[in-house]
Amino acid sequence: MKISAFWVCIVLLFLAGLGLTHFSVNPYYFNALYVILQATIMAVAWNILGGFTGYVNFGSAAFFAVGAYTSIALDKALGLPLPLLILAAAAVCGLIGLGVGYLTLRLKGVYFAIATLAMAIVIETLVNNWSYVGGARGVYILTPEKHLWFDSYIEMLFVVMLLLTLASVAISRKLNASRLGRGLAAIRDDELAAECAGVPTLRLKLVSTTLMGAMMGVAGAPYPFFVTFVDPLSAFNLFVAVNAIAMPMIGGTAHWIGPVIGALLVGSVQEVVTVTVSSELNVLFVGIMLVLFVTLAPQGIVGVAQRLSRRFFR
Amino acid sequence: MSQVILRVEGVTKRFGGFVAVQDVALHLTAGERLGLIGPNGSGKTTLINCISGALLNDEGRIEFEGRDVTRLPPHQRARLGVARTFQIPKPFRSMSVLENLRVPLEYAAWSRAEHRRITDEAMEILELIGLKHRAGTSSGDLTQVDMRKLELARALAAKPRLLVSDEAMAGLSSSEVDEILEILLALNRRGVAVIMIEHVMQAVMRFSQRVICLDAGRIICEGTPESIVRNPDVQRAYLGA
Repeated sequence: MKISAFWVCIVLLFLAGLGLTHFSVNPYYFNALYVILQATIMAVAWNILGGFTGYVNFGSAAFFAVGAYTSIALDKALGLPLPLLILAAAAVCGLIGLGVGYLTLRLKGVYFAIATLAMAIVIETLVNNWSYVGGARGVYILTPEKHLWFDSYIEMLFVVMLLLTLASVAISRKLNASRLGRGLAAIRDDELAAECAGVPTLRLKLVSTTLMGAMMGVAGAPYPFFVTFVDPLSAFNLFVAVNAIAMPMIGGTAHWIGPVIGALLVGSVQEVVTVTVSSELNVLFVGIMLVLFVTLAPQGIVGVAQRLSRRFFR
Repeated sequence: MSQVILRVEGVTKRFGGFVAVQDVALHLTAGERLGLIGPNGSGKTTLINCISGALLNDEGRIEFEGRDVTRLPPHQRARLGVARTFQIPKPFRSMSVLENLRVPLEYAAWSRAEHRRITDEAMEILELIGLKHRAGTSSGDLTQVDMRKLELARALAAKPRLLVSDEAMAGLSSSEVDEILEILLALNRRGVAVIMIEHVMQAVMRFSQRVICLDAGRIICEGTPESIVRNPDVQRAYLGA
């Protein structure tokens, strides 16, 4: 059996992550890596609907927050272990993705974008008034005592997040090259032509929103244990949504690797800027990068690389 | 061979108060070549939008191969065997020419395609259409005539029994018109019934076995190409007076 370079990379990256936990590295690095990985999942998830299917979603933060709050509620009610919380968050957010998709996918372009933004506000209002999970005051989460064979809880969270990230990248890559992915690309290029070529556009778009929602829920599920205090203001932070859009745009939306590159690049730079300069400036930085890429290289880094390789290798 | 594959009965389509197509009835037998003509705004494209399902008609009934498809969405009609091209080409721009054909092969024709041979089947179609040398080209970079050919190739990749060609020749030179005409005739020889909407009259005359003329949303006459050009109603519709 032929083992592709991609899967070798995935395994190597995972082993490298595991290895990192065996050295007594400054715990800050695990924090920083966790944030970057979380952003990567969000970017990959956003790109399934925004990049592959061509529907721009401004409501990413809502899916992320619902993932986090699903985790909080089930942890409080049943005390479920983290893997089950992640699965539950995926299911809940997938269903919300399906429902929201069904309600809003008849809208096109700008109207769809506005509808997703409105949805985020509606859900935020609901959570604000749900006192079981803390309402507007927020809620403290105790980090569980157990952290398997890892030295600390953050190391375990980091490995969990690494696994989830690698899985979502693998799913996105598989999707990109599949029959389903081609159907989604056809929808993005021309919805009517896709429909007339036999593509069941509504069903495929629903698959796309469901998958996007589930992945974002997965990204949000471990979040409460990472920050230990969650309130609607931080979970529904617009910056989460902006990042989820900016990263694929900067990396390139048409190819599966685009959001990964964008997230690793922008996420790392954000971390560096936060530590060395200021946490306020990093928002400005993302804004400037986004404007530059949208105007100068609308196909993102992947697009630039493709153009260059075409120029040199023909 | 005279089995009816498409039957349109009393189809009416309104846009607000404007009646674009009014009480149109037509039928098509398997393997037939039908020309659909009429001045601009006479409802030709609206009619084929109703036939392909891009628009739902307000009144009337559309049957394909004995099955009522009036309320079916376009992708289901495509699966049954109704394919169309667009007046303004709509290629999937992010894909290569070959990938453009994979979409209908993998969706509309999925039940009829040999799944392992999708690429081969796509190449065969490109060869027939004369686009084989462009297989790897990005579809957005094609010339106008090649884009029209791609429209036809993509429609053909859906393995249709009825092809509706919406002004595939508008704006092409006469040698290019001949090329497209040759392709349509080749498709028809494979047993595909064709409805051709066209303003290029010399092409309609050569291609059609039967011609229907629409004016202001109604069928004003129907007959052989020769009888149509002599028909006073048709002359009035086109020339005024």
